[in-house]
This record gives sequence, C-alpha cells and structure tokens, in this order.
Amino acid sequence: MPFDYRRAPDPEGAVAAATGWPGVAFLAGGTNLVDHMKLGLAAPDVLVDISRLPLDTVAELPDGGLRIGATVRNADLAAHPVVRRDYPVLARALLSGASGQIRNLATTGGNLLQRTRCVYFQDLTTPCNKREPGTGCSAIGGYTRHHAILGASAHCVATHPSDMAVAMAALDAQVAVLGPAGRRVVPLVELHRLPGEEPHRDTVLSPSDLITSVDLPPLPPGTRSQYRKVRDRASFAFALVSVAAVLRVEDGVVRDARIALGGVAHKPWRARRAEDVLLGSPADEEVFRRAIDAELAGAAPLEGNGFKVPLTRNLAVSALRELSREER
Amino acid sequence: MDGEIELRVDGRRRRLRVDTRTTLLDALRDGIGANAPKKGCDHGQCGACTVLLDGRRAITCLTFAVAHDGTEVTTAEGLADGERLHPVQEAFLERDALQCGFCTPGQVCSAIGVLDEAAAGHPSVVTEDLTGPVELTDDEIRERMSGNLCRCGAYVAIVDAVRDGAR
Ligand SMILES: Cc1cc2nc3c(=O)[nH]c(=O)nc-3n(C[C@H](O)[C@H](O)[C@H](O)COP(=O)(O)OP(=O)(O)OC[C@H]3O[C@@H](n4cnc5c(N)ncnc54)[C@H](O)[C@@H]3O)c2cc1C
Ligand code: SF4
Ligand code: FES
Ligand code: FES
Repeated sequence: MPFDYRRAPDPEGAVAAATGWPGVAFLAGGTNLVDHMKLGLAAPDVLVDISRLPLDTVAELPDGGLRIGATVRNADLAAHPVVRRDYPVLARALLSGASGQIRNLATTGGNLLQRTRCVYFQDLTTPCNKREPGTGCSAIGGYTRHHAILGASAHCVATHPSDMAVAMAALDAQVAVLGPAGRRVVPLVELHRLPGEEPHRDTVLSPSDLITSVDLPPLPPGTRSQYRKVRDRASFAFALVSVAAVLRVEDGVVRDARIALGGVAHKPWRARRAEDVLLGSPADEEVFRRAIDAELAGAAPLEGNGFKVPLTRNLAVSALRELSREER
Repeated sequence: MDGEIELRVDGRRRRLRVDTRTTLLDALRDGIGANAPKKGCDHGQCGACTVLLDGRRAITCLTFAVAHDGTEVTTAEGLADGERLHPVQEAFLERDALQCGFCTPGQVCSAIGVLDEAAAGHPSVVTEDLTGPVELTDDEIRERMSGNLCRCGAYVAIVDAVRDGAR
C-alpha cells in the first residue's frame, strides 16, 4: 500500500480515518513519531495529521479545574498564566523537558504517548520485546542506567520518558479519549501500562483512539506543588529520576499528599504507599523519609541503576521538605 | 504520495511539490535552496535546523513539510533588513560568537525566540518566580539556549551575544 497523508477535518473525522487501518498513526508535533520513522521503529502507511484540529485551547472549568486540549503546544501550556499560578508542578515539569524549539512543536497528546528512550529499543540491530515481541530484552544484563527500579518484568525494564506525565499523575489528571465506540475518560495513572508480558503495549489505548483533552481537577487552597528532576547534564536531557509532589499541610499535619515518580518505571509511578504514610502525619523530615522508604521497599534495582534508589529517596524528601517549609 | 504546499520563506512565496514524508528541513534545503538551516543531527538533538515558524522558534528536522502548508518560515537568511543585520546577528559578530559557523543560523533564530519569549514573560525551568517578570540572567540564557549545541564550543561568547541582543 502506498504511503498516505491526510489532514483530519475534526476529531470525529480523525478517528474515522484511523479506524480499521492497522498501519495508521496520528501525527501531532511529530517530534517523536517522525524520529521513529527515521530510525525505522515506526512505519505507518497512513498518517492522520491532527496538529490543526481545534483542540489547541486551555479552558478554565466551572469547578475551578483546567481543560487542556490535546494539541496545545508544550510551550504554550507551560506559559499559561493559570498553569504558572496554580499548577507550578506542571509548568516546571514541562519546562524541564526537551528544548524551547521542541516545546513549540510538541503537543499534550504526543507528550503523553511518546515512547521509551531505551537505547536498545531505538537500535534495530538489538533484540527488544517492546519493538519485536518475543525477541528478548537486551537491557537486562546490559546497560541499565536509565532503566526501571519499580514495576518492571522479566520481559522489559524500560522507563517512560515524559516529564509532563509525571506532573499530571500527581495532579490526578483525567484523559478524555475519543474512539471508534465513542467517548471515554481514562485516569492518567491508568493510561500507561506496566510491561508485564506485553511490553509492546505502552498504554491502554488502541491505535484509533484519539486523546482529545486532559482535565486537571482544582487544587484546594493552601496546596503547594513542585517538580524536581535529576539528569546527566544541567539541561536538555531526559530524567534519571524525577519527583512531582503536591502537598497541603495544616497546623503541621499533612492533609493532602500526592507524589509521582519519573524515570523509575514503565509509567509515571504514583507513590500510594508513601502517600498513605504521609496522610495525617506530622510534616517533618522523619515522616518524609519513612514515607518514601515505604514506597521504595518494593524497588528491584538492576545491576547498573542501584543509584536510583537513594537518589529517588533524597530527591523526594528534599521536594517535600521544600514544600512544607515554604509559606506563601 | 506527493503533496502540493505553499510556504512563505524569508518573505518570498514558494509553491512546491513534496513527498509527504519530506521533513521541513529537507524541503527548505533541497526543495527551495534555503540553506541557512543546517542538518546537524537530524534527530532534534542539536538545534542547527532551528528557524522561526510564524515567528516562533522551532526545529525543522522532526516535522513534515506538508504539515506546515501556509506557514511563514523565517530562516537566519531572512532576518536582515536589506543590508542591515538583525541586532542579534550584529551581537554575534560583535562578540565573535562563532568559530566554524555551522550552528550559527540555528543559534541566531533560537536567540530571537528566547528574547521574544522572555519579553512575553514566559518563565524557564530556572526562573524562581513563575508568575513574575523575566530577567535574562546568564543562567536564564544558558538554560533557554540549551537546545542549540555548538561543536566549536563558542558558548561563552554566545551567552554574551544573547545578553547584548536583549538590550
Ligand atoms: C532531543 C529531544 C529531547 C527531548 N527531551 C525530553 C525531555 O527531557 N522530557 C520529556 O518529557 N520529553 C522530551 N522529549 C520528547 C518530547 O517531549 C516529545 O517528543 C513530544 O512531547 C511528543 O509530542 P508530539 O506532539 O511531537 O508527538 P508526535 O511525535 O506527533 O506523536 C507521538 C505519539 O503520540 C501519538 N499521538 C499524538 N497525539 C495524539 C493524540 N491526540 N491522540 C492519540 N495519539 C496521539 C502519535 O501517533 C505518536 O505515536 C525530547 C524530544 C527530543 C527530540
Ligand atoms: S527494556 Fe524494554 S524497551 Fe528496552 S530492550 Fe528491554 S524490552 Fe526493549
Ligand atoms: S538537525 Fe534538527 S535538531 Fe539537529
Ligand atoms: S561555531 Fe562551529 S559548531 Fe558552533
């Protein structure tokens, strides 16, 4: 079949154009998909260009939350006055990703669905269960500096590379999806999968499912949030480890705590065990340490990434300490 | 499959026929001979292919030309006003902010984007107060220009040039 490019007239038209074609892909900013086409990782025979769909606005919702269109550019979202004021964790996560000239192209939907940067996945000459199911995982026993310490399987130890998604996981974002069977809402923390026995499936979506928007619920007054990222160079690099933290402390007691970890798993990792320890406890360093240790008790580092355990602990404790101190 | 597109490149209307899998970078360089944007890595990692799309800085190697039908493209070549260089170009010359010059067209377009974004009050990840006005300190310039690599290592002078350009 010859290669085909179509521009979708509207979201329904995009889904219709994508339905029934196994080799179809939506094209948004292209910064991941075009790269993958060049590398030979993706070979769609139909591209449905969604970059001009009218999904490029950020709107305040009646309940005080925010609706972010799927084609809003990462740069525009980070610069949005409400995001900067009310969701600093999201603004900072976006601004810590890629470069200014990439963020001007990259979209909300594309950022969520970008694929792992596992070097073996990107190298056609090495076996990889994600790229070619059943061929094996080259990372296990190989170079694992960037790989998972939580929730991995014997089939794949890759990490999800997005910074934005980690912030959205901590914010309890809800993803609106339009598919051949209609509309549905997927909580962001359930969008990405753990690898299990099917590492080739990154998310719960099918190829003809279109993300139309992402909703952020409002944060109660007094809530503060922060994003911290550690990488191999000061800028323009993916996270080794990152932490998105949302915290509300009243009279020294933690009333709300939502923590998501990046660079540690196949999906943005919501640290529920840590949150359970924090809720209702005094907001002090000892509690922060105990909380994150409870989460990391389940960590299974590989030969080359044991450093991620203490790094995650220190980063999370420092983010929580900063949030509990600041009085604004 | 081919597609017919129209771009406005450095002030001139250009119609061209491209294979729909042609990147904007290849369409500019090979399709219409606009050779200011350079192909460094072809994977989004170096910034040499940076231009202004409808006034905003963007890489051109990871995006297809067909997706930009109707867009106004400004390359480093189209920045000058006749014989008068753009102030950022002047600053690069003045500060000797290049050696081989391969990265320079991308650096200059990116720098113009940085100045516009800062003037609009857009924060960077190193901006302390996300809601306040932006002051282009050297740390800010380094962070905001981090998408442009320079093999010759002219970074120190590039920071000087961008700082001058901000005046
Ligand atoms: C050099 C470089 C450095 C980077 N550094 C970072 C970093 O530090 N942190 C970080 O988080 N990211 C980083 N990125 C990744 C970047 O954020 C992503 O490439 C970008 O967000 C993808 O968005 P896009 O719109 O370009 O997606 P595209 O490339 O257009 O699409 C990506 C995938 O999503 C699908 N898709 C897109 N939109 C939708 C939709 N609405 N519904 C359903 N499917 C959709 C596409 O079919 C495709 O499979 C980097 C990228 C590069 C090239
Ligand atoms: S970690 Fe996953 S993506 Fe990387 S080589 Fe193994 S199977 Fe492939
Ligand atoms: S050639 Fe486009 S970023 Fe390197
Ligand atoms: S001047 Fe040679 S690469 Fe920058």
